[in-house]
Amino acid sequence: MNRYETVFIATPVLSDVQLKELVGKFQGVITENGGKVNYTEEWGLRKLAYPIQKKTTGFYTLIEFEGEGKLIDILETQYRRDERVIRFLTFKQDKYAAEYAEKRRNLNAAKSKEQ
Amino acid sequence: MAAPQSEIRYLNPVSVEVKKKKYCRFKKAGIKYVDYKDAEFLKKFLNEQGKILPRRLTGTSQKFQKKVATAVKRARHLAILPFVTDLLK
Repeated sequence: MNRYETVFIATPVLSDVQLKELVGKFQGVITENGGKVNYTEEWGLRKLAYPIQKKTTGFYTLIEFEGEGKLIDILETQYRRDERVIRFLTFKQDKYAAEYAEKRRNLNAAKSKEQ
Repeated sequence: MAAPQSEIRYLNPVSVEVKKKKYCRFKKAGIKYVDYKDAEFLKKFLNEQGKILPRRLTGTSQKFQKKVATAVKRARHLAILPFVTDLLK
């Protein structure tokens, strides 16, 4: 069971209901194929550094999960099929990346508790 | 007869650039992983055009320069950092 981290950008034309459904869809893909979602984080609408498909903003979503290797091929074909996702990146967390993600998660949890 | 020692008189003494010993900031700070998601930290390793600074200027060791390079390329892929721009800072 390796630890992975995936970030994808959704088109800005989505309403937040559609965005929630999109995020839920990918979480479903992960859990159905024997994966476990550890953490989901949405950065909301952000300006892109350069236009992608003629769009200058996009919804960023980060998902940290655990799973087998073949789960990643399934997840990526889902990304490619779905035209609402304009870009995605999946990478395997090594020891230090996992530590860093853990620390970052507690940091965010603490910060959100303060607000 | 040897020419007199210093023919040229400088108005103010030439300030010899004292060579500051470069150090790898990752080893010193004990950072182990370069995150591709926080652009502020990565911008320290880019010049104005958004190009990655070479090791001889930043002084980072090869191992961490590679991690910084992969992190910057991932950030560029996700449009967090631009590939090329004119006024980055």
